[in-house]
Amino acid sequence: MTALPLLLALPFVAALALAALPRLSRTAAALVAGAATLGGLALLGGMAGAVADGEVLRFKLDWLPSLGLAFSLRVDGLAWMFAAIVLGIGALVVLYARWYLADEDPPARFFAMLSLFMGAMLGVTLAGNLLLLVVFWELTSISSFLLIGFWHRRADARAGARMALTITGMGGLCLLAGVLLIGRIAGSFELDVVLAAGEAIRAHALYEPALALVLLGAFTKSAQFPFHSWLPHAMAAPTPVSAYLHSATMVKAGVFLIARLHPALAGSEAWFWMVVPVGLATLVVGAALALVQQDLKGLLAYSTISHLGLITLLFGLDTELAVVAGVFHILNHATFKASLFMAAGIIDHETGSRDFRRLNGLWKHMPVTGALAIVASLAMAGVPLLNGFLSKEMFLAETLATESHALMEFLVPAGALVAGIFAVAYSLRFVHDVFFNGEPVGLDRVPHEPPRFMRVPVEVLVVLCLVVGMFPQHTIGPLLALGVQGVLQGPAPEYKLAIWHGFNLPLALSAIGLVGGVALYFGLQRGINLHRIERASTGKRVFDALVRRLVDLARRVTRALENGSLQRYLLLLVLAAVVLGGAPLLEAGPGFGDPPGTPAGIAGWLALALLVAGVLAVLRWYRERLLAVIAVGVVGLAVSLLFVLLSAPDLALTQLLVEVASVLLILLALRFLPQQSPPERRRGRAWLHGVVAGAFGAGVATAVYAVLTRPTRSISDYFLRTTVPEGGGANAVNVIIVDYRGFDTLGEIAVFGIAGLLLHALLRGRAGVPGTLVPPQPARPAFLLQVSAQVLLPLAIAVSLYLFLRGHNAPGGGFIAGLVLALGVALQALAAGREALGAPDGRTWQAWIAWGLVVATLGGIGSFLFGHPFLTSSTPYVDLPLVGAVPFASATVFDTGVYLVVAGATLLMLAMLARVHAQAGDR
Amino acid sequence: MELALSIAIGLLIAAGTWLALRARTFDLVLGLTLLSYAVNLAIFAMGRLAPGKPPLVREGTAGALATHADPLPQALVLTAIVISFAMTALLLAIAVRSRAANRSDHVDGGGGDGA
Repeated sequence: MTALPLLLALPFVAALALAALPRLSRTAAALVAGAATLGGLALLGGMAGAVADGEVLRFKLDWLPSLGLAFSLRVDGLAWMFAAIVLGIGALVVLYARWYLADEDPPARFFAMLSLFMGAMLGVTLAGNLLLLVVFWELTSISSFLLIGFWHRRADARAGARMALTITGMGGLCLLAGVLLIGRIAGSFELDVVLAAGEAIRAHALYEPALALVLLGAFTKSAQFPFHSWLPHAMAAPTPVSAYLHSATMVKAGVFLIARLHPALAGSEAWFWMVVPVGLATLVVGAALALVQQDLKGLLAYSTISHLGLITLLFGLDTELAVVAGVFHILNHATFKASLFMAAGIIDHETGSRDFRRLNGLWKHMPVTGALAIVASLAMAGVPLLNGFLSKEMFLAETLATESHALMEFLVPAGALVAGIFAVAYSLRFVHDVFFNGEPVGLDRVPHEPPRFMRVPVEVLVVLCLVVGMFPQHTIGPLLALGVQGVLQGPAPEYKLAIWHGFNLPLALSAIGLVGGVALYFGLQRGINLHRIERASTGKRVFDALVRRLVDLARRVTRALENGSLQRYLLLLVLAAVVLGGAPLLEAGPGFGDPPGTPAGIAGWLALALLVAGVLAVLRWYRERLLAVIAVGVVGLAVSLLFVLLSAPDLALTQLLVEVASVLLILLALRFLPQQSPPERRRGRAWLHGVVAGAFGAGVATAVYAVLTRPTRSISDYFLRTTVPEGGGANAVNVIIVDYRGFDTLGEIAVFGIAGLLLHALLRGRAGVPGTLVPPQPARPAFLLQVSAQVLLPLAIAVSLYLFLRGHNAPGGGFIAGLVLALGVALQALAAGREALGAPDGRTWQAWIAWGLVVATLGGIGSFLFGHPFLTSSTPYVDLPLVGAVPFASATVFDTGVYLVVAGATLLMLAMLARVHAQAGDR
Repeated sequence: MELALSIAIGLLIAAGTWLALRARTFDLVLGLTLLSYAVNLAIFAMGRLAPGKPPLVREGTAGALATHADPLPQALVLTAIVISFAMTALLLAIAVRSRAANRSDHVDGGGGDGA
């Protein structure tokens, strides 16, 4: 079955083509959209025979089978009927829009969006998988949003588009949730399975929530009370859109869904009580509000709401004959309401107004349009010999047959009667107020008939209203039967499509409705003059208030969380870490294993004691900053001692050197900062921080201890085994850094170099340090320091080179050697002045960083020469005096790069912080 | 020693966190320094404690975890030490600039100088 996917693809192809050709003329664009529509109608026609024989056509492509999401299409009677409406009305709307659009409206964009909508709507009707249906459902909401906002320069269009998208979008989310529940209950999202699983679904504990969610989706889409207010505001859309989306098709998606899932969800008390009251309220409220509108399209919009309520009510009544009436009314409403919208569009187009207060007596100027509109209005009012009469009679009969609570047995027919009276009244108003009732008021042009072809779609639809109204059995009969069979998933019940059913109660109600409606309209027009009613939309006000509340709430939450205090953010961050990390720990327990009991030895205990004492000292004297720096230095020293004792000589060396460099930096910076921290102003907060920090520390300690007492599985046996034969070095740590994980190291030295450059950027120029922060001129360095520094620098260089060269086999290497060199130079600068720190703008050390990165990268590339991948070391050894065998490997070249970057960046940092001093002092 | 080291790491974390939560930039630098000690020690400890077994493989012998400390966490921590030094330096520069711009060493840039 390839016709099926092709049918669905056609509108999307047209939409893409139109989007790609934005300069098409109105006629060309309409032709593209129209060709897709007519092609689709032809394909659909080809399926008619099979569908009429009761066959179900299917097409399936697995999409995400693990989620139960298949691209599956399914055409039965209901889908076929709806697709016919979508394409049939679609063709007429395309023709109509060709004449409706103004010169300044971009036609390609309009028709692209319209085609997009058509495809989405076809997708909703043809989908054979509920998830796929939801996807297309959302796509209709989005294309509706785009089309309502087509005149995007108008504020009311933007607001209306937003409101429609918000309400239908939220309904779409509910629908998705409901569909997920149904899929869960039925075990599949395939429509075939779901429709056959009605019994199981209704018996399930989650039936009510699933039903409520699906209905929320349907009610928002079909503008049911109290979600109806988006539809009148959607009237800001161009009229072809109103005729197509907001009366004939998209708003019917909700009732389509109710019909589609009827076999799966209907047939329960819950169904009746959730659907009938909503439908009834919508029916009455919509009809009453329609009468008091001053906008032509507003009246039609509220009338549409009312009719959608009628259809919903019928499906809610849940008898087979009610289903027949509901499907019938879907077809009838689509014809007469679309033609009325088009007529309203013509009037707007030719007079420049849609206001009842200005449009009067148009009969003289546009009699043909007037005649068409009058016939369609009579169909809307339910006058005999027109299609609206037939389905309305069936509807009245069904309301009278309601079997339920006594209250509903009265309310449903009573509401139907009241709505019927109002329907006659507003239909009458549409005719009388526009075409008669005096002369036009203040129009800026003389109205006349529209272009010939703009009227053709209206004529077609009105002829349909008449023909169906007079010969229902031979015209609409087969299509209706198809639809009904699709809804019920079985044979249609016995029913008779006839104009005359004899004198009975429904006919009497119809008569009362007609007489009452005429009396109501003229009574109101005489009594209070409908033109004087100024009515703001309550729904819009409520909606705006809700949105405002939501935004306010969001703002309050944001303000409460983001009060601009970094201190607070950090606290929240730590709190989150404590809670998220602590919860599983408390829940599952730490899971300690057997402690290995590694002996600490006297040195170990001493180092730990030193560490604890240092930490306590920091906490005790943190406000005396100089003391605190010294205490932190003690902690660092204790950490390097621990590294020594725990077999990490490289770490110990690095830590020691970094410690010295850090203390130097901190002291340099401290000259520009207060020497003391102020006392805690809020003791309570300090305690709170103490509790949080304590919990954090306890959590980390527990986690570390848990790991240390559990067995380990390390991959490091490989490194230790191969470090000599393959890495060519005895120092496994250094080999890992420059060889096994060399690429990592390349990244790390890049980060280090960037940090240096950042610091340079922060402090260069004036560094933003105002005069108040100028520290006193440093005292002349002590003589002893000067002398010793002169000796120390060459020594430091020598040691640095030695550590560098032996690094592959013994503790040392690029990182350590670089730090040693930097510290030697820094000491020299302390003694001899800042000239030792290179060029005043830090250019010297920037060059070191740059060259270091170049050398390291070249060292990595060098291994290509030996036919190895990037950064693989090869190891010819070279014997050097005093040092011994030195690997002359590409790894050594790489390590040279590390050496240059580390020394350069460290010196750049020191130089920049020192220079701030020098510069400020110079001033 | 495992328990003692874990407690020491926890103490470093707690003290570092508390200091990092203070309102002054300098205290924050001190706190982060303590925190990096703690984190480096913790990562290092993941290779387990092995006193007297430095990962230096003598020529002609095959290295193994039974006779040598785990070199991998050491390599990771070595670069981490250098990186945390860079972070400290950067923070100091920011602290100096922030004080100059705000006339205050408060982390939120207001409230006047501490001293």
